[in-house]
Amino acid sequence: MPGPIQSIERAAAILRLLARGSGKLGVGEIAESLELAKATAHGILRTLQGVGFVEQDRDTGKYQLGAALLHLGTSYLDVNELRSRAINWADALAARSGEAVRIGSPLDGRVLVVHHVFRPDDSLQTLDVGALLPLHATALGKVLLAYDTTLVAALRGTDIAAYTRRTLSSLTAIKRALAGVREAGWASELGEMTPGEAGIAAPIRGHGGIVVGALGISGAVERLMDSHGSPKATLLGHVRDAARAVSRDLGASRW
Amino acid sequence: MTHRYVMSVDQGTTSTRCILFDARGRLVSVVQREHQQHFPRPGWVEHDAAEIWRNLARLMPEALTQAGASAEQVVGLGIANQRETTVLWDRRTGAPIGRAVVWQDTRTDRVVEQLAREPGAKRVRELCGLPLATYFSAPKIRWMLDQTPGLQERAERGEVLFGTTESWLIWNLTGGLHITDVTNASRTMLMNLRTLSWDDELLEFFDIPRAMLPEIRSSTEVYGTTTTVVPGIRIAAALGDQQAALFGQTCFAPGEAKCTYGTGSFLLLNTGHTPVLSAHGMLTTVGFKIGDEPAVYALEGSIAVTGSLVQWFRDSLELIGTAPEIETLARTVRDNGGCYIVPAFSGLFAPHWHSEARGVIAGLTSYITKGHLARAVLEATGWQTREVVDAMNADSGLALSTLKVDGGMTANNLLMQIIADVLDVPVVRPMVAETVSLGAAYAAGLSVGYWPDLEGLRRNWHRAGQWLPTMPPPRRAAEYANWRQAVELTFGWMRPTEAARPTGTDIVDVILDDHRRIENLLRELRNDDADRAVVLLELTGQVEAHVAATERILHSPTDIDSDDLENAVLQHIREEESTLLNELRRTLSPSDRTALGRAFTAERGKHLSAQRSP
Ligand SMILES: Nc1ncnc2c1ncn2[C@@H]1O[C@H](COP(=O)(O)OP(=O)(O)OP(=O)(O)O)[C@@H](O)[C@H]1O
Ligand SMILES: [Mg+2]
Repeated sequence: MPGPIQSIERAAAILRLLARGSGKLGVGEIAESLELAKATAHGILRTLQGVGFVEQDRDTGKYQLGAALLHLGTSYLDVNELRSRAINWADALAARSGEAVRIGSPLDGRVLVVHHVFRPDDSLQTLDVGALLPLHATALGKVLLAYDTTLVAALRGTDIAAYTRRTLSSLTAIKRALAGVREAGWASELGEMTPGEAGIAAPIRGHGGIVVGALGISGAVERLMDSHGSPKATLLGHVRDAARAVSRDLGASRW
Repeated sequence: MTHRYVMSVDQGTTSTRCILFDARGRLVSVVQREHQQHFPRPGWVEHDAAEIWRNLARLMPEALTQAGASAEQVVGLGIANQRETTVLWDRRTGAPIGRAVVWQDTRTDRVVEQLAREPGAKRVRELCGLPLATYFSAPKIRWMLDQTPGLQERAERGEVLFGTTESWLIWNLTGGLHITDVTNASRTMLMNLRTLSWDDELLEFFDIPRAMLPEIRSSTEVYGTTTTVVPGIRIAAALGDQQAALFGQTCFAPGEAKCTYGTGSFLLLNTGHTPVLSAHGMLTTVGFKIGDEPAVYALEGSIAVTGSLVQWFRDSLELIGTAPEIETLARTVRDNGGCYIVPAFSGLFAPHWHSEARGVIAGLTSYITKGHLARAVLEATGWQTREVVDAMNADSGLALSTLKVDGGMTANNLLMQIIADVLDVPVVRPMVAETVSLGAAYAAGLSVGYWPDLEGLRRNWHRAGQWLPTMPPPRRAAEYANWRQAVELTFGWMRPTEAARPTGTDIVDVILDDHRRIENLLRELRNDDADRAVVLLELTGQVEAHVAATERILHSPTDIDSDDLENAVLQHIREEESTLLNELRRTLSPSDRTALGRAFTAERGKHLSAQRSP
């Protein structure tokens, strides 16, 4: 096992320093206190600023602890923030796919529908923002489960409802499916919640790649799936592109 | 097959966006940059036009890169812009003259008040469709020309140019094309609504030289081709942002309306080929003009402060970290707890047009939490919409049956529900929330033949979300009554005489203020009704203090002949403003000028109080 990583130790020291006293320090003061070269301190501060752990005062140029640190305990993005940041790409996905779009985020062991865009055919539809869906029986839920082990752990011991014949109704089956989701980078649902209804979803990632939600389309099986029950390639492409575009806007650079 | 796209630029109040759309009106790439808001004094709002241009110069290539597209794939560029915001620049150097004065800025309230008393004032609205208010460009131009000695003359010689931000950007993109479109021109107060050209009577009323104004063109036509940043793109459309949103919502027929929720909110109703004058505080404005076709007009209900109230809640009260978090906070409580916020930050716009109104938070009790305040912030947008819709219904004689909405605030579900509840009609959001950009793209695409006609564009419009009213009628009525009571509290807050700046501002402003004060006394001296002896005493006292302070602080010997006081004083003012003040502007740093301003005020005050207590 490699030893401790020096730059992470230094970053931690900078955060501790900023957490003390008045909490506003210039790069020179920080470098001096920690006996670092100014360029080194500056590089670390810039990185910490990039992830929101420190902020720089526009006028004085001094650094202080960032707002992101206060929200460390709640690693999911504020759901209303998530909707605002995703709305343009969710619209574009609905227009491209011709299907309804939903964004989900976990809440109390279920998927909270955070955003919903109607299927663009101007038929009568009602917004189901605020609705709660099962994690294990929806494409959105499977994406959320795949990247959050505590959510999976919480499934244990709960009654895993079988909504249809096709619902994954044992923990083993679910876990196997989740491994597939991680491998592929997307999830699908084929009549597992409602017979004849399908879904395709992909993860929305924030800074550093942490999954903050799931974005997907849903509609009739014959429109979304091919004859083998796999998502149609163009639709899958649209879903993944949209999720990636939102992730990029949220600062997930590698995805 | 290579894809072809339309590029649109939305030069907004807080940011500039560049978006590529494909043939079906779907977003392909979007990039955005904010620019700084300058608030140098209460009521003042400024932008740096050079910063806005720099931002655009970076955004256009970024939008292409994000889409993996090249300039040849762009069939045309459409520009939408924040309206009324006034940029002056030097024709020769292309450099902005001072900062741009933003539409929300109220510094011209005294200019407007003076103008309102002049005989020609009654004609203004009839000619241009707009009430005399600080909101529009003409008073801002007037203020800027007054501010700098010699500027008026330079503008007369055509050395200083005016434009709203689309003019400024087109000038820069093309290397010197000076044009505007009819919709933007219709917000200056200088364009005749019927002839769609600059109006001599209005130019004379505001004393604004024609030589500084851009040429007025249609909203959709190819004005020219970009020569810099991304050269070779045809600039094919320009519209004010709210008119662009009307176009993007495909409100092409009379009777169709939309409301855009951004920094402010603007309800526009298409009234067809006739300009309708409002009896209920709506503006008459040009909706769009396609090529050589006759112009289409609109009635507009402008609300100055909606999204910017959320920003204030975030940045000045620091009760939330981001704008969308206001919904999270508002949902922590069930109702407003009896609290109402009327955000008359720039006075109240439609339907009231009270420039002197200022904001209130009413109904405060110890029960109120930040959750209630958050709700009151969102409800303020709802009720302001209600007032405008009521006025619009009264003008048109029709009742709005659904409200089409767009803009950044439509991401807020609670707000959308509140609006449906207070209006008692369904609220519908279309598939592209960036409707301003889409409208500019539609106009440009139409102009270059990328899209054949309006009907084709209509087919792209789809409903993305809908909110239905659920509020019980008695509750709606009671809440509306409370709101109106709160609105009345804001009226008459600013009193006309009150104009003191904080002490210690710029020496140039301090001296200019002093000159204005002295000029007013001279004017009063010509008034038969005035107690001339008292006025004369006051005048000599003021002049003596002014002269003493000028000599002590600025070491500028000043001699005023007391035999011919009036002429001597006027001559002194003229000379000082064209020599000494310019020298101070040229040679001193802002902080030095502030320091001198403070010293001058103190010295002057000393002399004045010495006169009072001999
Ligand atoms: N979820 C939200 N809830 C409430 N207000 C919001 C939300 N998201 C954005 N806003 C507000 O909406 C405004 C941004 O919307 P938008 O980008 O449409 O504004 P805009 O007026 O077009 O800006 P600009 O004038 O720069 O173009 C901001 O004032 C912001 O405070
Ligand atoms: Mg805008």
